[in-house]
Amino acid sequence: MAELTAVIGIGQTKHAAKRIDVSMAGLIREAAERALADAECTWADIDAVVIGKAPDMFEGVMMPELFLNDAVGGAYKPMLRVHTAGSVGGSTGIVAASLVQAGIHDRVLCVAFEKQSESNATWALSISMPFSVATVVGAGGYFAPLIRGYIRRSGCPEEIGIQVAVKDRLNALKNPYAHLQLADITPQMVRDSPMLWDPIRYLETCPSSDGACAMVMAKESIAKRASKPVAWIHATEMRSEPTMFSGRDQVMPRATLDNAKSLYEKAGITNPRKEIDCAEIYVPFSWYEPMWMEGMLISDTNQGWKMTESGATALDGDFPVNMSGGVLSSNPIGASGLLRFAEAALQVRGMAGEHQVDGAKKALGHAYGGGSQYFSTWIVGSEKP
Amino acid sequence: MRDVAVVAFTQAPSVRRDLDRNEVEILIPVIHELKQKTGLKNEDVDFVCSGSSDYLAGQAFAFVSGLDAVGAWPPVCESHVEMDGAWALYEAWVKIQMGYAQVALVYGFGKPSMGDLPITMALQLDPYVLTPLWPDAISLAALQARICLEKGVCTERDMAERAVRDRKNAKDNPFAQVKGDFTVDGILKDPFVVSPLRKHDCAPISDGASAVILAAGDRAKELCKRPAWIRGFEHICEPLDLGVRDLTRSRSTEIAADRAGVGKKKIDVAELSAPFTHQEILIERALGLDDGTRINPSGGALAANPLMAVGLSRIGEAASRIWDGSANRAVAHATSGPCLQQNLVCVLEGD
Repeated sequence: MAELTAVIGIGQTKHAAKRIDVSMAGLIREAAERALADAECTWADIDAVVIGKAPDMFEGVMMPELFLNDAVGGAYKPMLRVHTAGSVGGSTGIVAASLVQAGIHDRVLCVAFEKQSESNATWALSISMPFSVATVVGAGGYFAPLIRGYIRRSGCPEEIGIQVAVKDRLNALKNPYAHLQLADITPQMVRDSPMLWDPIRYLETCPSSDGACAMVMAKESIAKRASKPVAWIHATEMRSEPTMFSGRDQVMPRATLDNAKSLYEKAGITNPRKEIDCAEIYVPFSWYEPMWMEGMLISDTNQGWKMTESGATALDGDFPVNMSGGVLSSNPIGASGLLRFAEAALQVRGMAGEHQVDGAKKALGHAYGGGSQYFSTWIVGSEKP
Repeated sequence: MRDVAVVAFTQAPSVRRDLDRNEVEILIPVIHELKQKTGLKNEDVDFVCSGSSDYLAGQAFAFVSGLDAVGAWPPVCESHVEMDGAWALYEAWVKIQMGYAQVALVYGFGKPSMGDLPITMALQLDPYVLTPLWPDAISLAALQARICLEKGVCTERDMAERAVRDRKNAKDNPFAQVKGDFTVDGILKDPFVVSPLRKHDCAPISDGASAVILAAGDRAKELCKRPAWIRGFEHICEPLDLGVRDLTRSRSTEIAADRAGVGKKKIDVAELSAPFTHQEILIERALGLDDGTRINPSGGALAANPLMAVGLSRIGEAASRIWDGSANRAVAHATSGPCLQQNLVCVLEGD
């Protein structure tokens, strides 16, 4: 029933620790203008705007989309603001796609951003509320025990986290937009970096970035006329589950497994490892690469780390993961999910530049958030579904 | 477009300060009652969408605990907007239109009593040039009201009439917070809160929550004897900057009303979410309502104003008038942002 929909334009900012050269409005406009230029359309061609970002306290503005709407051509148009924790970037893309898939709009612009330098995310994530359990540890402290759980279950060697950290930073050297450009990175350098939340070392975690990502989605009749290749949306899926309850498997939550099964079913994929050419996965701590290889049913349970170890997830491997450098190299939190979706689309459009996977026809974009409880994903392809 | 209807609605009583319960505890009975009313279980619901604001709760990711009220296990297909639940309902309607869902659960919740609301709302402005001046929400609305009075758009008496009407209507609404019999002359003797706004011109501060079930086609008919079909649905956002907007009218409501087809046929009932009396007048005019329309039979936002749920409640209240047969065509309105920046219009019909 859904209208066939494609990504016809993609834009992102240069991600950096502090983009003091632009305001929040300037940041999102930079990404949006690039997406419009790529889509070969103007502000007037856009029917509706979808804005996504992570918690408002990350910048200290309540519902900032209200003051930002104007900067991305949203005046006197429908505007939606999405917020689904760390998965929000992905969810923002999915909501924008839905507006076209439902036949309501012809062209929709979505923009996701974070300007972490305007506040302090670890503070915002550590507020202690009355009568609730206060972990007061930020994201790293929250996920470290889950990673230790994974290592214990799978027998994953210590080297795996280090290997992912090096691989993604080397990939980032091929991506001019990536925040971290660590040309001299080595496994020894990662091993020697300070232990922040055991087993997560400084160089095994993501940076704090300012950045934005934007995409233009369009219906089939418009996408067919595009002069550049487009990325056809084959399937989107989302799943959520509560943060904590007795017996919840936080290491490998059911929501990720349900999400993956449903996504592949909708995309007509029976063997994701073979049928998907590359993937951009939300990996804020290096260990999450093998964890989500299992969580996305690309690898068997407790075997995900063997994909990393064998080099399968390297840019020249048989299942490249995070060709752009991933969240480990750029983390404007609210945009990080949309960046994964956008990088997947760039790959199947053949427009990923130096980090292009040769002949990529089908790609996975993935985001997760909250206490490992929000999942949003999509499959895009160079061919129509 | 698929036929999609509002088939069930529940809400918490709006109160000035819910001392005993946090946001989720307010929400839990609302969602439980909705499931009981419809007999729906989580597995019967294809999509869940909610609206809330971290800044009301004073906590990042405040909406996450809403999943506890849903009892989201097994995991659910779910999304959240940092907006009033009326926009969450819009997203759910989109999902049903695209064929992703047949039945959707939508909820909105807010507990503004956690902070000083008028000042908190100053954080909603441009952080570089406006927020540093800390203009509170009532003062900004007062600026707008002053322009309306000086341009002859309305009088203080017109404004007071809205307060009297809404409070009188609210007497029949057990969930409303401000209700009773007042006279225009009586309340006009009250002092200004921020000139030209008196207490009756301002919506109360309310803690509360509401929830709605949306369903498509035959599924809607199974769940409701007389579904409230959504026949028009649009929302429009203006720039935030007050200097570039005509504050004596609501252009975004006019555009949304036009696209939603409000004026095509007679409107029996309107439920408006305007938090100030002069804004209610602006919305009535933008929607083209006249004496033939019963406005705010529930009392509207001026009688109960649970932020992030108040707009969704307007849709639920308008649908209730369709279900009980007292209206055949209704319009519901929701707003967000300073001085009616963003507005949503939903047309519901019984036939």
